[in-house]
Amino acid sequence: MSKTIIPFGPQHPVLPEPLHLKLTVEDEVVTEVIPALGFVHRGLEKLSEIRDFHQMVQVVERVCGICSVIHAMCYCHGIEEMMGIEVPPRAKFLRVIWSELHRMQSHLLWLGLFADSFGFEALFMQFWKIREKVMDISESTTGNRVIVSVNVVGGVRRDLNSEQISWILTLLKEIEQEISALKKTLLTDYTVTKRTVGKGVLTKHQAYGIGTVGPVLRGSGVVQDTRTLGYAAFNELNFEPVVESDGDCYARTKVRFRETLQSIDLIRQAMSKIPNGEINVKVKGKPQGEVVSRVEQPRGELLYYIKADGNKNLDRLRIRTPTFANIPAILTMLPGMYLSDVPVIVLSIDPCISCTER
Amino acid sequence: MFKKLIRNSRMKSPWLLHFDCGSCNGCDIEVLACLTPVYDVERFGIINVGNPMHADLFLVTGTVNSRNSMVLRNLYEQMPNPKIVVAIGSCGLSGGIFREAYNVVGGVDKIIPVDVYVPGCPAKPEAIIDGVVTGLQKYDRIVN
Amino acid sequence: MKEETIPVTKETVIGETAKIKIEGYRFVTMTCVELDENQVDVIYHFDENLQLKHFRLTVSKDTLIPSISVVYQSAFLVENEIQDLFGIHFDNLFIDYRRTLYLGGETIAAPFCKFTVKRTDKSAPAAVQAET
Ligand code: SF4
Repeated sequence: MSKTIIPFGPQHPVLPEPLHLKLTVEDEVVTEVIPALGFVHRGLEKLSEIRDFHQMVQVVERVCGICSVIHAMCYCHGIEEMMGIEVPPRAKFLRVIWSELHRMQSHLLWLGLFADSFGFEALFMQFWKIREKVMDISESTTGNRVIVSVNVVGGVRRDLNSEQISWILTLLKEIEQEISALKKTLLTDYTVTKRTVGKGVLTKHQAYGIGTVGPVLRGSGVVQDTRTLGYAAFNELNFEPVVESDGDCYARTKVRFRETLQSIDLIRQAMSKIPNGEINVKVKGKPQGEVVSRVEQPRGELLYYIKADGNKNLDRLRIRTPTFANIPAILTMLPGMYLSDVPVIVLSIDPCISCTER
Repeated sequence: MFKKLIRNSRMKSPWLLHFDCGSCNGCDIEVLACLTPVYDVERFGIINVGNPMHADLFLVTGTVNSRNSMVLRNLYEQMPNPKIVVAIGSCGLSGGIFREAYNVVGGVDKIIPVDVYVPGCPAKPEAIIDGVVTGLQKYDRIVN
Repeated sequence: MKEETIPVTKETVIGETAKIKIEGYRFVTMTCVELDENQVDVIYHFDENLQLKHFRLTVSKDTLIPSISVVYQSAFLVENEIQDLFGIHFDNLFIDYRRTLYLGGETIAAPFCKFTVKRTDKSAPAAVQAET
């Protein structure tokens, strides 16, 4: 059978975003993959020369609308470390709460999209229905659904009062019940297992060697979670990284599912331990120096490199997003798979193209 | 009578195509959220299709850059007449927060004609549904 | 940076990278920073068990930098990105996009270099016209 080159994307029904892959196919089996990017490239790292370092918080939130809180948090950590700002403890806990809410909504979104990628539309709708409850929490506590702009350099912008906290706790209970009710369908249904078990296997060695991060890495049995560094208030909370050992699409699904429940637990812990006090400090001076800041996004480790030389504009801002590190995994997983499995495997790394290209 | 049938079915069940051209995902996800149970645009007979040749409504989110402007025009030209374009989010309107970035051309209307503008960063699902319904009214006028 | 930073040269970068790979480090990413008109810093980031380690390579812009994608294959993506944005060239890349990863042929050269950059508001509309 001769070789055929099949373009996948940029406008493809299962992908909400434009990713383009050139697949070389030999009799329905993929032999070679070349990714092509650039459909979403905006060049926003360069905006740091026009906007000052306070305004950049809003820009970096728009690197990716799904995990905006965590982007802003990473950026703020970097600037705060550079300027020697000590964030008040209450602000640290609030950051944890909002970032875990965002992790939840991102994982729920992915679980839904993933179910859709193999045609399980009912499950898609269910997960997105639950997700709307999480969105309600963000909307009522911050005023916006997706891009919430709570982080500022030096702390957070909004506070939670005790009424809101108890309301969130009751809502979380409902969410937890609803998610647990879907566990059986997601993890044991014939449709799901048939399409995911043994597909796109990445061994522990491979996953580590090509530098994958997040659920892809943890799904292959490597214990690595940047949250264990203890940034924000994570050092005061109790948790273990979620790890599965099989390294296939099913294992990644399980990791994300368990992490969603873990986030609920973390929010509860944070709410029970949250201290009283200020939520931000006044920022004086200009940043100067060079710093690398890392946090854990829903998709994996996020790295910011910030260089400043005492001006109000930063010298260089570099963002390495998790999907950027996970794209080489597609190149390793796809060869040898059937063409019809390509959408499922591509989606299993949770690609976020606007993150990747910025 | 046949004409009336076509007109009715067009109005009662417009199919939409969604294209993300350089959005930050915020607007993108809100468009998808419109299709899910809480907002559920399917009650207006709206179905999301992947094929531009089936679509009546074109929802565009995000800024245009030099590479995806070709794709955008391409998709627009493939859609059959009459068609309605809805630009969503500050980015789709003018380039939004990324206006000054070097690889950004600007709003969607620099490339294709836009009928309805939905502001917001990100635009809320309610606003998007409103935009779609406004687009449908305009569509009605065009069809007749 | 508070983490350990090792200066490397064009000749030693591959050797050092190979060494660090044997020690069990994971490749994180690379960062390119423009220093002045003709010099750039290329910083390599590695990680083992959440401990970062950096290499710093200071070269002039016209140097052909050896690609570390021979050691860590996944580095090809970020090296292509730097090629696109800074106009630097890497030798021996695993997949070479020839400066078309993000930017088409019609866009401005090396947008991230302050010293060669043109005003974006003028060059951007020109880019559209070139395509139509
Ligand atoms: S308008 Fe805002 S939310 Fe929408 S794509 Fe642009 S930056 Fe993202």
